[in-house]
Amino acid sequence: MKGVPFHRRKETKLVLRYLIAAFLVVIFVFPIYWLFAISFKTPAEIFAFPPVWYPKSIQFNNYAVLFKDGDAKTVGNSLVLASVSTLFAMIFGTIAAYSLVRFKTGGENLAVWIISQRMMPPVAIAFPIFLFYVWLGWVDTYIGLIILYTAFSLPYVIWMMRGYIEEIPLELEESALIDGCNRWEVLWKVVLPMARSGLFATAVFTFVFSWNDFLFALILTRTEVMTYTVQVTHYFGGQSNFWSKIAAMSVLGTIPVFITVATLQRYLVRGISMGAVKG
Amino acid sequence: MSDLKLTGLHKHYGTYHAVKGIDLEVPSGEFTVLVGPSGCGKSTLLRTIAGLEEASAGTVEIGGKNVTWARPRDRDIAMVFQNYALYPYLNVYENIAFGLRARRVASTQIDKRVKRAADMLGIAQLLDRFPRELSGGQRQRVAIGRAIVRDALLFLFDEPLSNLDAQLRDDMRVEIKRLHHELGRTIIYVTHDQIEAMTLADRIALLRDGRIEQLGTPLDLFERPATRFVAGFLGSPKMNFLSATIEAGEVILRDGTRLPLPAARNAINGQAVVLGLRPQHIAKAGASAAPGHAQLAATVELVQPTGSRVQVNIPLGGISITAEFAAHEVTTPGEQVRIDIDMTRAVLIDPQTDKVI
Repeated sequence: MKGVPFHRRKETKLVLRYLIAAFLVVIFVFPIYWLFAISFKTPAEIFAFPPVWYPKSIQFNNYAVLFKDGDAKTVGNSLVLASVSTLFAMIFGTIAAYSLVRFKTGGENLAVWIISQRMMPPVAIAFPIFLFYVWLGWVDTYIGLIILYTAFSLPYVIWMMRGYIEEIPLELEESALIDGCNRWEVLWKVVLPMARSGLFATAVFTFVFSWNDFLFALILTRTEVMTYTVQVTHYFGGQSNFWSKIAAMSVLGTIPVFITVATLQRYLVRGISMGAVKG
Repeated sequence: MSDLKLTGLHKHYGTYHAVKGIDLEVPSGEFTVLVGPSGCGKSTLLRTIAGLEEASAGTVEIGGKNVTWARPRDRDIAMVFQNYALYPYLNVYENIAFGLRARRVASTQIDKRVKRAADMLGIAQLLDRFPRELSGGQRQRVAIGRAIVRDALLFLFDEPLSNLDAQLRDDMRVEIKRLHHELGRTIIYVTHDQIEAMTLADRIALLRDGRIEQLGTPLDLFERPATRFVAGFLGSPKMNFLSATIEAGEVILRDGTRLPLPAARNAINGQAVVLGLRPQHIAKAGASAAPGHAQLAATVELVQPTGSRVQVNIPLGGISITAEFAAHEVTTPGEQVRIDIDMTRAVLIDPQTDKVI
């Protein structure tokens, strides 16, 4: 670029970068936009060709149908299962991680053994679990899925929380012990506040894992606690697909996760990057 | 009455024997410093007193109560850590109040005590700040504030000044000494810094390899060390050690130099000894030697001014020894000087046992 002043060259470069960034954003955001757009379209608009890029009028009919038929209840089921199992996994996982770190429970290798549980493909144990749940009478119950999701999340929670707790200076806990706290108070007043970012980051991932589960929800639910992931698949028919329902249900399924992540974003970024930089 | 009594205290970590039978009694209100090189077991000893480590054998009594198996919070102690141990998510006020809240003290009481402690330490204007907004010295003041607000029987300090720069360390040392005078509480203070030990302590327990090598007042240890280790550890610059033999009431160095035998020492004629000379006791010679002093001619090898004093290296007895001259007595390397050795304050050490004769 001979003859072009230096600052002009810099500007051109910047513009180019923005163009590339904008292009990438469009590529990634478009499917999500399309999902939202379809959920507000009329059937005629959905199947129109050439495609209708945006709905002519916002209409909530697709959503209304889901609520009228009771399909929307499955989002509520997902919410209950994911929230309660996340809560349990976080409580028990954090306590277990603290024990691993501070009391060397189970020796040096127990933590590795625990995380290795996570490496097994879930489908490998789907059948035995199904039989076991039939025998217990836990199929299609909240308790059954909550216990299952808690169990599946625990290794991840323990592994992550172990890392965060290890970073807490021991003196902080010792100081609290001398100042008058017992171990539970140390956990509550020192460890949890110190590991807050990690705690939220881990909770979000745990929640999303349970929220997105399809396999076990498909096998272990019938009607009572069917989750939205299973419900969506019911709209794929042999003859035709109910695109409007698929889109509306998917939007309903996206919103809770979106809200969770948006609220906890501050902690999420800090929690994920924690431990990456020393000091 | 003694506030702390240790009897036959041992601590093992697996096969490693960190504390090897410590007996120590600390009278009420005394400032005791545990000093020693790293790995001597001083911090382990302090942590065992605090209950952060379990004693392997022996007993710990605090305020006349056997607390060997008591939890840290039931020992009536307060502790200041090297790394301050401040809670980053609490402001200064809440950090100081933490121990009182943990013990469910009434909030009007807490407010009174936190403010009084903050006033004493000159941090009253920092109460709303968070630890990250404080300097190292201010953080250490908060850490000390958190301890004194508790009004415990025994205060434990684990190398509290190690993370501060030299200037701040001097200031905080004065502060801690002043606090001890004001509070009159019993303090156990761990440090590896012999200056801190000398300046702060009512009594020093010098530890080596898990045992108390010598216990006494700072001057006791400095003037009348029991072993070569004690003699070498305390004092800066370090004591000079020269191989010698005793002959006819004189100390004969390797190079044949004859020095008068310090009075009242039970050295046997012909015995091999190690002569310990403090640099402070070797001066530039005046007109005439005082009784018990020796005057020698020497060539200056090296000169290191420290401001108020000058460290001078001189060959004697086959090695290079350090002497400390007054600043105005500055010499240059190669210069011939007459030195005066105060043999009345020299120590003689048995090379077999390393004990002072």
